[in-house]
Amino acid sequence: MTVTISEDLKAESKNLNFYYGALHSLKNVNLPIARRRVTALIGPSGCGKTTFLRCFNRMHDLYPHNRYEGEIIIYPEKLNIISPSVDPIEIRMQISMVFQKPNPFPKSIYENVAYGLRVRGVKKKGLIDEAVEKSLRGSALWDEVKDRLNNSAFDLSGGQQQRLCIARALATDPRILLFDEPTSALDPTATSKIEELIIELKNEVTIIIVTHNMQQAARVSDYTAFMYLGEIIEFDKTDKIFTAPSNKLTEEYITGRFG
Amino acid sequence: MKDIKKRIAFNKFKDYSFRVLGLLSTFVGLALLFALIADLFMEGAPRISYKFFASFPSRFPEEAGILSAWVGTLLIMLVTAFAAIPLGVAAGIYLEEYAKKNWLTDIIEINIANLAGVPSIIYGLLALGMFVYFFKFGESVLTGGLALALLILPMVIMATREAIRAIPNSIREASYALGATKWQTVWWHIIPYSTGGILTGIIIGLSRAIGETAPIITVGALTFIAFLPTPPVSSDFPFISFKWLFDPFTVMPIQIFNWVSRPQQEFHVNAAAAGIVLLCMTLLMNAAAIYIRYRFRKKIKW
Ligand SMILES: Nc1ncnc2c1ncn2[C@@H]1O[C@H](COP(=O)(O)OP(=O)(O)OP(=O)(O)O)[C@@H](O)[C@H]1O
Ligand SMILES: [Mg+2]
Repeated sequence: MTVTISEDLKAESKNLNFYYGALHSLKNVNLPIARRRVTALIGPSGCGKTTFLRCFNRMHDLYPHNRYEGEIIIYPEKLNIISPSVDPIEIRMQISMVFQKPNPFPKSIYENVAYGLRVRGVKKKGLIDEAVEKSLRGSALWDEVKDRLNNSAFDLSGGQQQRLCIARALATDPRILLFDEPTSALDPTATSKIEELIIELKNEVTIIIVTHNMQQAARVSDYTAFMYLGEIIEFDKTDKIFTAPSNKLTEEYITGRFG
Repeated sequence: MKDIKKRIAFNKFKDYSFRVLGLLSTFVGLALLFALIADLFMEGAPRISYKFFASFPSRFPEEAGILSAWVGTLLIMLVTAFAAIPLGVAAGIYLEEYAKKNWLTDIIEINIANLAGVPSIIYGLLALGMFVYFFKFGESVLTGGLALALLILPMVIMATREAIRAIPNSIREASYALGATKWQTVWWHIIPYSTGGILTGIIIGLSRAIGETAPIITVGALTFIAFLPTPPVSSDFPFISFKWLFDPFTVMPIQIFNWVSRPQQEFHVNAAAAGIVLLCMTLLMNAAAIYIRYRFRKKIKW
């Protein structure tokens, strides 16, 4: 199904197909991503949410036998980011990702956030200091860690580690931020902190989030796509999806009758 | 009921029997080892003195020392380390992080494991053919060091690969997701996080190499040397010399072998004393390996 929305677009997938070797796991996915909005991907386990998300920063290029077909266009350049002629590194420099399980580096808090800049060859300490503080403030972690920036990131709690990973992803001013079930390993308090943060962040950056938590999707997102067996079954404004879904499968899923 | 009690008693008896048997076996192994070491120490310890370290071998047992042997061992280890570490670590990193996983890498993997089990004399023959006859390095420190480097290369490669494999994939993905290249990921993450494991592997390899005799004899180490290799630094221009690489040498195990094969009892005392020194060198290296592993384990827990 094709959908159009009346807002500025940041990205759009067009007839996207994805294959893990012989496994055809995304089928003709068409989805608009509105600029500076949160788009949630929901659906039962194994439906392809992670697979879809990881197309946006070309993570699939890291492993052999993976194949894309179709397009993911980013705006305003109208560049097809999955085209083989586009360097995946160039894409990853602009589109950051936060993973399901917090995965800080076994380095200091400071170095974790600074890493993206180091990768880009930034050497000036002043610039890096500034970016580290800004990103840690942006991920609502600054007050908790400002006195121990040189401590190991492994000393932080799970929720703090996840916010550190968000800071790490923010430090390089990404154009799109991808979240793959960012709170599934966290307790309710840490979860609500991250949800507040996501709502805050959308003022600056376009966000796509995969979640298994219906309330979370309803709370943080502006648009929601329901996926099933590698296809987008329904896409609409989040309010609409959760109050009056037009597809029967969607309704069954969000009311917890399957999945 | 009575039957069950009997059964339990019988089972407990078997349990108890194994306890005794196991304890005895452990004790036999430990006691033998202890007796060997004690014997070595009782015979050799009185002979250890500054003079023993500072003297060349001699026809007179009281004057003979291990100077040329320990210096030779040290230089050989230096060459071995300098050759085996960069090659082994680079190969390990390449195989884990760069090489595509296919049948060819499978074959390489199996063969590296096999190479680690090849008898050391075979490496001696290889080194003799390659470094002495083909490259004409002579029967020198360089040849000896390279022969032992070949011997421990598979160990270094395997230790590197194992250490790298212990790094969770999520760390690599975190790095790549920020736009890092493979080399940046290797340099900033893979190498630092696997250093503990790699160092441990290197030291264990070196502590095996230090006691090797067969390949060293095969490449033509001398059994009697009454001079030291050319010093690597000198007061004349150009101050640094690599001539020592091409000097003849001997090593600790050969010196020990040479002394025990003599008829006089006094030389056997020298052999025991040199044995103690070699044992201490090995134990020190193993202690260093354990310490390094402990330090890095404490720092990085996945
Ligand atoms: N690396 C891989 N190689 C082969 N098949 C894979 C791989 N990763 C995922 N798949 C398959 O692709 C399909 C989609 O998986 P994906 O991980 O995208 O699901 P998901 O919607 O994220 O599920 P979950 O909610 O459990 O995370 C599944 O059938 C899965 O088995
Ligand atoms: Mg998933």
